[in-house]
Amino acid sequence: MPGTSQMVGSRPVEVRVGLASCGLAAGAAPVNEALVRALEPHGVPVKATGCIGMCHAEPLVEVIGADGERFLYGKVTPDRVARIVEGHIVGGEPVTEWLEIGGPISTGHYLEKQQRIVLRNCGTIDPDSIDDYVKAGGYAAIAKALKSTPEHVIDEVMRSGLRGRGGAGFSTGLKWKLTRDVPGETKYVVCNADEGDPGAFMDRSILESDPHSVLEGMIIASYAMGANRGYIYVRAEYPVAVRRLKWSIEQARARGYLGSNILGSGHDFDLSIREGAGAFVCGEETALLMSIEGRRGMPVPRPPFPSEKGLWGSPTSINNVETFANVPYIIIHGADKYASLGTAKSKGTKVFALAGNVCKGGLVEVPMGTTLREIIYDIGGGIPGGHELKAIQTGGPSGGCIPASLADTPVDYDSLAQAGSIMGSGGLLVMDDTACMVDVARFFIAFTVEESCGKCTFCRVGTRQMHDILERITSGHGTLEDLDKLEEIAEKVRKGSLCGLGQTAPNPVLTTLRNFREEYEAHVLEKRCPAKKCSALITYNIIADACTGCTLCARNCPVKAISGETRKLHVIDQEACIKCGLCQSVCRFNAVTVS
Amino acid sequence: MDKSPSREQLNEVVQKANVERGSAIPILQEVQATFGYVSKAMIEQISAETGIPASELYGITTFYSQFYMEPRGEHVIKVCHGTACHLAGADRVTAAVEMASGAKEGATSADGKFSHERVACLGCCSLAPVVMVDDEVHANVRADKVSALLRKYKQPAKDAEGTDRAGNESDGR
Repeated sequence: MPGTSQMVGSRPVEVRVGLASCGLAAGAAPVNEALVRALEPHGVPVKATGCIGMCHAEPLVEVIGADGERFLYGKVTPDRVARIVEGHIVGGEPVTEWLEIGGPISTGHYLEKQQRIVLRNCGTIDPDSIDDYVKAGGYAAIAKALKSTPEHVIDEVMRSGLRGRGGAGFSTGLKWKLTRDVPGETKYVVCNADEGDPGAFMDRSILESDPHSVLEGMIIASYAMGANRGYIYVRAEYPVAVRRLKWSIEQARARGYLGSNILGSGHDFDLSIREGAGAFVCGEETALLMSIEGRRGMPVPRPPFPSEKGLWGSPTSINNVETFANVPYIIIHGADKYASLGTAKSKGTKVFALAGNVCKGGLVEVPMGTTLREIIYDIGGGIPGGHELKAIQTGGPSGGCIPASLADTPVDYDSLAQAGSIMGSGGLLVMDDTACMVDVARFFIAFTVEESCGKCTFCRVGTRQMHDILERITSGHGTLEDLDKLEEIAEKVRKGSLCGLGQTAPNPVLTTLRNFREEYEAHVLEKRCPAKKCSALITYNIIADACTGCTLCARNCPVKAISGETRKLHVIDQEACIKCGLCQSVCRFNAVTVS
Repeated sequence: MDKSPSREQLNEVVQKANVERGSAIPILQEVQATFGYVSKAMIEQISAETGIPASELYGITTFYSQFYMEPRGEHVIKVCHGTACHLAGADRVTAAVEMASGAKEGATSADGKFSHERVACLGCCSLAPVVMVDDEVHANVRADKVSALLRKYKQPAKDAEGTDRAGNESDGR
């Protein structure tokens, strides 16, 4: 970001609004309308972009000066548009108090410590415009790759050290080589966009903000392994991503990047979209292939690996969205440049979805080897509300909870594994002292119980047993033997499951047991939830001095357990109370306490 | 949407999606999207039309959570229970939605106005808690904001604008 040069007199040349899912959810659509209306008389174009990754400050509006200087406004409402237009666009004076980045704010901002390869175009280009992507250097990698041999492309990707960003971390180049080496006329390239880990949303954001980068990565992959057909398997819960992908594929076809004889090279490749139908297990590659074939998504044993026998029995390479988005960069800039980033065994950057109890949540792309602490504090701005960092959850339901004491762990495949968790797809959930770790373990196991496909007994029944035990503990009926039982079943589920879902399902329980045993013991021995989360172990009360008798809590109580007259103290009937906490949420006077 | 489609209507939809091999799921998705649900009678007819065994179609319908075998309410409320939303009090949001919509989790309200579901993750984790009504995602919907959010959907069908921001102000958290 250039310095703080004042730009009076030079009129801004472009205004961008982020219209990805999070922007839209935060109200970017009416902001966009207001901007288009207000800027029309001034002849300044409004460009709809995707997501720059600063979810905490949505809706975002960026003003680009004549000299290329960027001014990013956060939390823009339709009401604020008029002043930004009058002051900045017409008057040439940025409205500094609403700026997130630019002008006087040139350091210490959200993007300063990030290194953006995958997210290079996110939030700066119009995802619906192939021209915009090309202008940003897009589709140049295909032209370059098609001029070299497939073997050279594979060699380049292998030397870059790129490993699968979906979680398992297998060498991408090697996967392509294996698929290429299997003889066969028909081969498939599949993009796994079934981002199902709760807490991970980087793939959604890439697909919504820079879909062509994923298409370009897939086309390069198809050339490298000699595949002519591809599928993108995308979660149906992501309607914006699906819409933009469909449009991008049409555009790429019209320009000759997809179809027969791509750019005159003699290579043919086309692809279609398959929408998931709501099954987490379909993120597992063999289940995903079953689903594309139109069947129930249930994993099958490997080997044979998909590279040998995949879709309809043909060699198939399955890579994740973020993996593909890295590929054009590697082809253009070379393996050496990519491999210069990161650690010895984990090269390049990784995108994390930072959420939970953190001041500035959003997408963060950093070189591998950056520490968790740097991500949470230097980029994420730390923990809000004066609370303490308690744990960091990475890898979703397959991952683990890393205690605050290990916050200096660098993020790379091996260090995270050493800390008892996994890289996973890049969800990074920050938990403060208000989170109950037993409840978190129960939450993840409940997710697995729901999503287990039911094929393997240990996954189907074992996770249910673990869930029942955790329910018992969180309701104050657990025993110390239950803790041993949990470990015993966890081990059996891990060993007795066919696919990654079952094999990793016990991780959240095992890591919380190891790192936060005292919390389990408080639930079991003292019948107490230290974080005051577990409903069976807490009571809600109304403080007499603080209650104004506004009746709001009584009106909102779903079981009518609160009584009291207007302007008089209200009382909770503990027998009837279901501990939903709604009274505490609605009270405007902090009169409801938990103990 | 509670009237079952005629044979012709259903066949037209099936044909649109039956374009290549492995189309069983896209066909059911198209039927679900058009009619709002996939009943047993529809499955039998799809089977007759395509030659895909009814047992297979039934297996798919019950395996994937996206399919419904019965019609749903006029508006579908999805309360996100992803990890970030869980930490941000999704359970309270669910309680508030039950209260405001009259629909228990997993059920439809007596007046047919709302269906209320629990979903795993909508991918807007930094704006938790998140609630999706029909196709629109609402950010920072803490329990106390639910009744204001649902108010506009309670109007008689066909309200003018789809994109207002009721109950959507960010509280900086």
